[in-house]
Amino acid sequence: MALDRWIALILLGICLVYGYTAWFTMDAGLAPFMKRNPIWPSTFPKVLSILGIAACLIILSGVEKSEVKEAEIDYRRLHEYKLGQALMLLGLMVAYALCLRPVGFIFSTTAFLFLGAFILGERKWLLMISVALIATMIVWYLVQQVLGIYMRPLPGMLGG
Amino acid sequence: MLEGLLIGLQTAMSFQNLAMVIAGCLIGTFIGMLPGLGPMSIIAIMIPIAISMGDPSAALILLAGVYYGAIFGGSTSSILLNAPGVAGTVASSFDGYPMAQQGKAGKALTIAAISSFAGGTIGAILLMIFAPMLSSVALLFHSAEYFALMVVGLSAIAAFAGTGQVAKAMIMTVFGLVMATVGEGALFNLPRFTGGIMDLQSGFGFITLAMAMFALPEAIFLVLKPKMPGNADGDIKDLRISRAEARAIAPVVGRQSIQGFFIGVLPGAGATIASFLGYAVERNLATKDEQAEFGKGSIKGLAAPETANNAACTGSFVPLLTLGIPGSGTTAILLGALIALNVSPGPRLMIDEPQIFWAVIMSMFIGNLVLLILNLPLIPYIAKVLSIPRNFLIPFILFFTLMGAYIGQNNATELLILVGFGVCATALKFADYPLAPLLIGFILGGMLENNFARSMQLYDGISFIWERPMTLGLLIIAAILIVLPSYRARRARIRASGVADGD
Repeated sequence: MALDRWIALILLGICLVYGYTAWFTMDAGLAPFMKRNPIWPSTFPKVLSILGIAACLIILSGVEKSEVKEAEIDYRRLHEYKLGQALMLLGLMVAYALCLRPVGFIFSTTAFLFLGAFILGERKWLLMISVALIATMIVWYLVQQVLGIYMRPLPGMLGG
Repeated sequence: MLEGLLIGLQTAMSFQNLAMVIAGCLIGTFIGMLPGLGPMSIIAIMIPIAISMGDPSAALILLAGVYYGAIFGGSTSSILLNAPGVAGTVASSFDGYPMAQQGKAGKALTIAAISSFAGGTIGAILLMIFAPMLSSVALLFHSAEYFALMVVGLSAIAAFAGTGQVAKAMIMTVFGLVMATVGEGALFNLPRFTGGIMDLQSGFGFITLAMAMFALPEAIFLVLKPKMPGNADGDIKDLRISRAEARAIAPVVGRQSIQGFFIGVLPGAGATIASFLGYAVERNLATKDEQAEFGKGSIKGLAAPETANNAACTGSFVPLLTLGIPGSGTTAILLGALIALNVSPGPRLMIDEPQIFWAVIMSMFIGNLVLLILNLPLIPYIAKVLSIPRNFLIPFILFFTLMGAYIGQNNATELLILVGFGVCATALKFADYPLAPLLIGFILGGMLENNFARSMQLYDGISFIWERPMTLGLLIIAAILIVLPSYRARRARIRASGVADGD
């Protein structure tokens, strides 16, 4: 089975859960006076769940055949691309999200930009660290001073 | 209209707004040139900045400038590198790149700039004529018609998705609508589908979703498959075009401005379709000798898609400004930004906030002028951006994506949601699911449900569907739009396999 049909299967599952919530569990908590309304919070989701399930089934059943075209990236040969780099960068983004608050903006951003370039194979250490530091400082200045959005610059223990 | 024009001119000519146009065009050109970064990603990245400015006219002017700049920048990389940064400029590389190879890069860029300018300007004039007309009609609309109109818009997006893609586009639209129902709605003070997670109480953030759908997958694609073919060395000189060439492209520019504009107005058909169609039409109209030149560096073949894509960009503002219904991913992002700035685009926009409406139109003229007289001479220098090594570029793209999602909400959980959705969006992109319908559905979802609920309450049931002829008519059009393409594809397939030969 091709990837697009696997995805349709997953989406069908989501639609079924969504539809179950909308049809069977949501209305239980509805206040009595709201039951007299012609529209309930679950009305629109009910319609959507039916449409979603119908569309998923169309793809799954293969009624509508799509022409095979040359994709930009062929997912069947994913390992031939730089998959490792992409996954490491995604991991780096998650690490950044987790570190941003506790470690502070300046340190985590500098580290992010430095490590990002490192993962992609850059080895000019001095250039990397200076680019990362200067860019971090400029962005911090813009966000904090010009846009006025507070970002904790340093780790909490340093009084940031 | 004259009064409106003067209001617009007054607003657009303020120092701040002029600076916004220039900044927007420059930023757009810079980033739009980078292969793999389209106008949607750039606008998504720029939104937090635009929103925090607080002034809706300035924000919209900035974002519109970025939009134009990105299309212009995209055509530059198409011409110089054969690496279109934007889908709408793919057709420009058919003839633009051969011209550059023949050493006529400067001339190609000038033709692109002039055609873009003409397309954008004529488009803006048409916008000025048609938008007020459409919005006076739209004032007659009731919430039932709005509901039906949005359904038409959403189904048109599915219908234009191409053969074999209708169900996929539909499923993405439905998922956008589903995601819009998460959180607390305006009409019911109940959290829905949050699964008890507090962070979902106010729904998904639209900037986060826009970043996750466009900027992040494109960045991941850039990592997976480095596409920087060749480099832009060689001086770009000789920017002049001769009088004969100008005369040759003039009718092309005229036709394509109008055609491109009207394609842009249609929901779902944007700059990409306009540019391909424009190229095809001009090729058919050209004389035999000229036809042979198409694909080998024909100036007409370059002027046609360039004019059409800019005119279509302008055209796509018509449904946004008059009905409040975006027809493309880019205008959907603009709509989200406007709502965040407490402006609701729609027929009332021209009455309630004329300065925004007219200032945007005026800034389109100024933006086109800026692109022509400021960017064209600067292009040889701006093209240097193409030589930024990707090792530095990609971490910055990722960082700006994260920052955009973070400063909108100031919430680190948002970043995790961003990465999660980004991975999902990449998988969807692998499987050739279109992503723009999801975002359009997400942005229209709230409005769609509110209008639906309002008409349900007014008519005490769904009788509004058959009691209001206009609503019924629009809904029938929507149904036809969904069914027709798959029906025609099916018939074509049956005929191709020789079953229905005898009809």
